[in-house]
Amino acid sequence: MSVTEMFSNIQGFLTADQDIREDIRKVVQVLEQTAREILTVLQSVHQPTGFKDIPSKCEKARDLFCTVKLHIADIKTKFPPEQYYRFHEHWRFVLQRLVFLAAFVVYLESDALVTREEVVQFLGIEVTREKGFHLDVEDYLAGVLILSSELSRLAVNSVTLGDYNRPLRISNFINELDSGFRLLNLKNDPLRKRYDGLKYDVKKIEEVVYDLSIRGLAREPEAGREK
Amino acid sequence: MSKREGDGSPRKRKTDVQDRDMNTNLSSPVLAAFKVFQQELDTKHDKYERLVKLSRDITIESKRTIFLLHRVTSVPDVEEVLVESDAKLDGVRQKIGQIAEELRGEDLNQFHRAFTAGIQEFVEALSFQHFIRHRTLISLEEINAKLVFMREDKKDHKDSAEGLSMGAAVLTFHVTPTDYLLGVADLTGELMRMCISSVGNGDMDTPFQVSQFLRQIHDGFSYIGNTGPYEVSKKLHTLRQSLAKVEDACYTLRVRGSEIPKHMLADVFSSRAVLIEPDEGVA
Repeated sequence: MSVTEMFSNIQGFLTADQDIREDIRKVVQVLEQTAREILTVLQSVHQPTGFKDIPSKCEKARDLFCTVKLHIADIKTKFPPEQYYRFHEHWRFVLQRLVFLAAFVVYLESDALVTREEVVQFLGIEVTREKGFHLDVEDYLAGVLILSSELSRLAVNSVTLGDYNRPLRISNFINELDSGFRLLNLKNDPLRKRYDGLKYDVKKIEEVVYDLSIRGLAREPEAGREK
Repeated sequence: MSKREGDGSPRKRKTDVQDRDMNTNLSSPVLAAFKVFQQELDTKHDKYERLVKLSRDITIESKRTIFLLHRVTSVPDVEEVLVESDAKLDGVRQKIGQIAEELRGEDLNQFHRAFTAGIQEFVEALSFQHFIRHRTLISLEEINAKLVFMREDKKDHKDSAEGLSMGAAVLTFHVTPTDYLLGVADLTGELMRMCISSVGNGDMDTPFQVSQFLRQIHDGFSYIGNTGPYEVSKKLHTLRQSLAKVEDACYTLRVRGSEIPKHMLADVFSSRAVLIEPDEGVA
């Protein structure tokens, strides 16, 4: 094989690769749009009208997740399943956001941390790599960390909106999350940097709880109590 | 605010881990889940580290092979150098076999960054040796054909009448087209050095052969242009410089070669300020 032929073959490979990536990019764009719609719905809980109406917001978000499932099913068709990590960078960001959104819905509904198994059901994908398009554990963790920032904001806003109980529940939730993260041996990678933000969320929520306690505004948190 | 952030020394970390693990209330589903995450992440990171180590070994041995191969321009027995390089490259091949072993059942793209440097260096060394022997460019298929490893499959004890083939597993490692391109790009730097040093030894043929070859490679890269990954485009710049040096050398030989005694040719090139930086073309 001559040098020219060699490079011609490689060019063929590179072009084919570019084409696949272009296809994937298009679907990811649509997926990101849907993710933004879900975010818009859920962010309204920080305001008075949304705050009173959390269950219906969650339901609306769940509906939109059906569309998410369709888009992801579409992405799956663009490449061979065993090459997930070759193209992973294209959807990593939006997938992390979707994990966060699913976690937010589950938190608003039940004060609990969404499990990996529950998230993949939201998205219509697998838990383990061997089974196909899956959720990488680091993407799951990144999404959970985005949730912690959102909850520290919610703690502040719930007080403003008159709910003095929610911050205490958020505090318990975040502290347990923090304990969980401390079990991990993280490398100096983007996940580690994101995790470093968790301590600021913890601090912020502690301050909210402190503000409430010294003014006698908060009772002891009781599990499942909604106000 | 807790000071135990887990970013202290390794010794401190070990006690931290033991403390953490002992105090973990595993009846909490969240903490139980994170314990699982810890194991998954640790397993993955450990594998990544093993691959990085293998990659480093491969890089070092490949670089040494390249240094060895440069001696063909100055020693009488070229074959001896080539035989020695075969042995070295075989050692590198074995390391790649270990990489293939680690990647068994895994998605190699997940770990690619761990070993890409080593693989590129290997491609560079192998293609350099191939050029010295055959004056042609080794193809990606030829490289991958060398990276087939037979492994005894110890798990499967099928006593069959068909013989050994039932018990052996075949492991392959595929060099990606990108790693191949990057390795060949680095090869051009070595070829440039070889060209210049061969002139100094009165070799009048090699410079023109190298020049011709380098030009073909350069044309190939130009054809690919910016459609390749970013790293390839970066190396194109260095490649152009190497090609220019080689073409200048050929020009000098052609124009002035007959005037100058062979033993002074090397001086001619250094006086024309053909500077060779030590690590040119190496990422």
